[in-house]
Amino acid sequence: MSEKGRSPHSSPVEISISEFFEKNRHILGFDSPQKALYMIVKEALDNSLDACEENGILPDIYIRIAKVDQDRYEITIRDNGPGIGRKEIPNVFGKLLYGSRFHAYKQSRGQQGIGITAAVLYGQTTTGKPSEIITKRAGDDVAFRFVLGINVKSNTPNVMVEEPVIWDQKSGTEIKITARARYHTGKQSVVEYMRETAAVNPNMELTYDDPDGNRMVFRRVADMISRTAEEVKPYPVGLEIGEIKHLAGQSSRKTVREFLVGDFSRITPGIADEILSFAGVDIEKRPGKLTTEEISRIKDAMRKVNVPPPPLRCLSPFGEIFIRKGLMNVYGDLKPSFYSKPVERKPSVYNSNPFSVEVGFVYGGDLPVDQQIRIVRYANKVPLLYQAGACAITRAVQETDWRPYGLEQRGGNGTPYGPLILLVHVYGVRIPYTSESKEAVAPVPKILEEIKAALRTAGRELKRYHQKSLKRKKAYEKFNLVGVMLPEIARKSASLLGRSVPDIDPVISKIANVLFITEDISKSGDRVSVTCHVFNYTKQIRSFRLVAFPPVGNIEGTDEFNIEKLESSRRIDIDFQVSDVKGNYPGTIYYFKGIDPIHVLGAEPLPADWKVSGIEVEVGDS
Amino acid sequence: MVILQKDVEMKLRSIVEKIYGDLMAGEVPELSLPSRTKNNIVLDEENLVWRYGSQMVSRKASSTDGAGYLIKTIYVIEFILDMMRSGKSSTLREMYYISEGWNLGKFHSQSESNLTAEDLEVVSNLLREDFKLRPEENGASVIGNLTIEERNRKGIFKRINCKDDVGDAGYQIPYSVEEDKLRIVSGDADFVLAIETGGMFDRLVENGFDEELNAILVHLKGQPARSTRRLLKRLNTELNLPVIVFTDGDPWSFRIFASVAYGAIKTAHISQYLAVPTAEFVGITATDILTYDLPTDRLSEHDVDALNSELKDPRFNTDFWKSEIEIMLKTGKKAEQQALAKYGLDFVTTEYLPEKLSQLGVIRR
Repeated sequence: MSEKGRSPHSSPVEISISEFFEKNRHILGFDSPQKALYMIVKEALDNSLDACEENGILPDIYIRIAKVDQDRYEITIRDNGPGIGRKEIPNVFGKLLYGSRFHAYKQSRGQQGIGITAAVLYGQTTTGKPSEIITKRAGDDVAFRFVLGINVKSNTPNVMVEEPVIWDQKSGTEIKITARARYHTGKQSVVEYMRETAAVNPNMELTYDDPDGNRMVFRRVADMISRTAEEVKPYPVGLEIGEIKHLAGQSSRKTVREFLVGDFSRITPGIADEILSFAGVDIEKRPGKLTTEEISRIKDAMRKVNVPPPPLRCLSPFGEIFIRKGLMNVYGDLKPSFYSKPVERKPSVYNSNPFSVEVGFVYGGDLPVDQQIRIVRYANKVPLLYQAGACAITRAVQETDWRPYGLEQRGGNGTPYGPLILLVHVYGVRIPYTSESKEAVAPVPKILEEIKAALRTAGRELKRYHQKSLKRKKAYEKFNLVGVMLPEIARKSASLLGRSVPDIDPVISKIANVLFITEDISKSGDRVSVTCHVFNYTKQIRSFRLVAFPPVGNIEGTDEFNIEKLESSRRIDIDFQVSDVKGNYPGTIYYFKGIDPIHVLGAEPLPADWKVSGIEVEVGDS
Repeated sequence: MVILQKDVEMKLRSIVEKIYGDLMAGEVPELSLPSRTKNNIVLDEENLVWRYGSQMVSRKASSTDGAGYLIKTIYVIEFILDMMRSGKSSTLREMYYISEGWNLGKFHSQSESNLTAEDLEVVSNLLREDFKLRPEENGASVIGNLTIEERNRKGIFKRINCKDDVGDAGYQIPYSVEEDKLRIVSGDADFVLAIETGGMFDRLVENGFDEELNAILVHLKGQPARSTRRLLKRLNTELNLPVIVFTDGDPWSFRIFASVAYGAIKTAHISQYLAVPTAEFVGITATDILTYDLPTDRLSEHDVDALNSELKDPRFNTDFWKSEIEIMLKTGKKAEQQALAKYGLDFVTTEYLPEKLSQLGVIRR
């Protein structure tokens, strides 16, 4: 150790948490003016969504970013949440580590009680300006307006104004922060954050006014309240001694036995007896009187006894529909050819905190083939846009060998290449992050392992698709053979020899084993008459359902047709009309259902997202 | 080898008849032809050249590849018949470009169109000259005391002596060297030396090697064109001259020798017109590299693969070649002809070739 770095008179000086973060703001993610803007919006939006979700409210959010001068912006975020009690306000916004959820045992977006206060602190530090908060609870006549900052030395709120105001909103909270910031709209921007958040929160209506006076509205496309996590008692297995001690100290139970049964989840009286006899602790002892030694024995005994897995009520996955929306938001107009069924792992436990992983993906179609796959990361329903390299999700993808599943990957590690968008959501109670700014999931072995297991399941799904599409490619070649090449051989050989063109149907039925769908169209005005021909070149009788989708115009009458018992070598014709066709009619797109895709040429399997709408964004002036 | 146009037409039409007939009979159209791989070449005892064996491959319209092949074949036949009727001819490259307009019959590369033309030769037992198809001039040339008559564009046979009537570049070998185009009048030489590279050909010319050792020098220009090989064959049979091949010392050059001596795998159907079974290889051998301590390059992975594949090639199944290939694999080294310049510009003509040629018994020292 060198003596040089140490001042001879140094003695430890106690600094407050606020002072510490003021000097180390990168730890909270406020490391550049660009990033700071993103963090402020993110913290406020996450809080609003948590509050609405917990209270069963469909979120209505308003965000405005206005330019004050060269490098300062005023950021306003308003929600229709339950509002915050007047007495709570100073602590929630003006004291670091004051979190209502800090000790709650459930999955939520925010958890440490740092985020929004850090935003207030950042604004104060960079502009000298306090923040402004208006909040109103349902049923109250008036709202309260606060102007406050943080007393950095003592980590206490510094309230400058507290006054009742009239607010025409039923309930909700609005926060206005002025901060040094830089605005941009590309990757890792506030706009991208809003878009990815909107994608997986389709029940949110978000109105956004940007600094240039443009308004963007992310429409609510689903009226359901998202599946919310319930608060549960701590899961005993894996808790640290200190945590058990803390709970024991707080407990109002009279005996250890009651304490175990009443203050933890999954412990029945029988299990409690087992634990205590294992640990050699008197079941009648008061929880507050337990020695550290006894608690340590109880902790070890909990591992030996068979405690059922943690309750699932405290976890809230996206579920299939929201995952599809999240993916749809990324691929946009580029239609993939395959939509996977999302993979949902059974919950696991990390440090006695239940967590789980879900994975969804889309593949092929218009997605670029020669680029790295896209990884869309979410943790507790929050999109992760920064620190990809440090994140457990990225690491798990890179440490998985994707080659057996049909992706290109040099050496079997690293980000693979291929037309794949992968959405990975890690959710749970107290997810470990790499930093306080919660930008990346910490790559702890247990979580990495679970993500990898989910990825492998997804990989197997991808492989099955590859095998099927290979069969389909072969079928497509047959289409070409039957519909184009054989007729050409017949025509060309006949014309060269100066003879009549032979009938090739017998030859076709020798090579083809497919249903073959083509159409004839005729247009008059803006109406198109379509005759769809369905040939059965297979050897069996076929029944299935055909859906006609005109890319332009409107189909008259039904767009679904039942094809019943079409015999081998027979043809059936279906007539329908398409109206309001302006310009050229590019031909009908046909989908089918109820038959193996390898048998059908000229139509696609009905996509999984058929008639599911994506996020709707309207752009206009504010 | 002169065949009437009427017969050519009939043979080509009969190929299309086969396809049409299959369709009429409700059968999947199909053409079969000898497999043109090294696994299907056999020694023709009578002519001592390698020819295609009895393995057949089928091109059947039950796959898109097979159907595409049949369509292309019909287009090529139609194109040839049109040329015959209008008295035109075209190069293989021109045909490749013309196929742009053939829709499903379009070729994706020139090697594909060349292969189809060769297949037609195999199936019809005709030569592409009969089809009015010819290769590009490839610039291979001859220097030496050889007198020939070549028919020019006006149809007049013009006499040329390949030593006195040509410049340093020599006499350019035309694309066809058949009797109706080129007549061999006389030659005064002890042997023919066929040389792979232009650099070495020029060195021997500058050093006056042809006059000094009484040789006809032929520049092969890499893997020799058909007409170059055909001319070597005619010099060998009509003037009774031994043919000696002089190439780089690497696996690809060994293949050049094999195609001169035994016939190329791609053209094994006409080996008896092209191959000179008595041709001998003077070098550079793997042994030469050691004996003369020549500057070398390391064998690439690709080279090693080529050598290993030659060990399985029936044309190289002789004690001499097996031992040479194994030595090269063992030393891992290859050398160019010009590596001989290590010992001076004259070394090749005053030392190396005289020594090696006398070992072969071609000259007496």
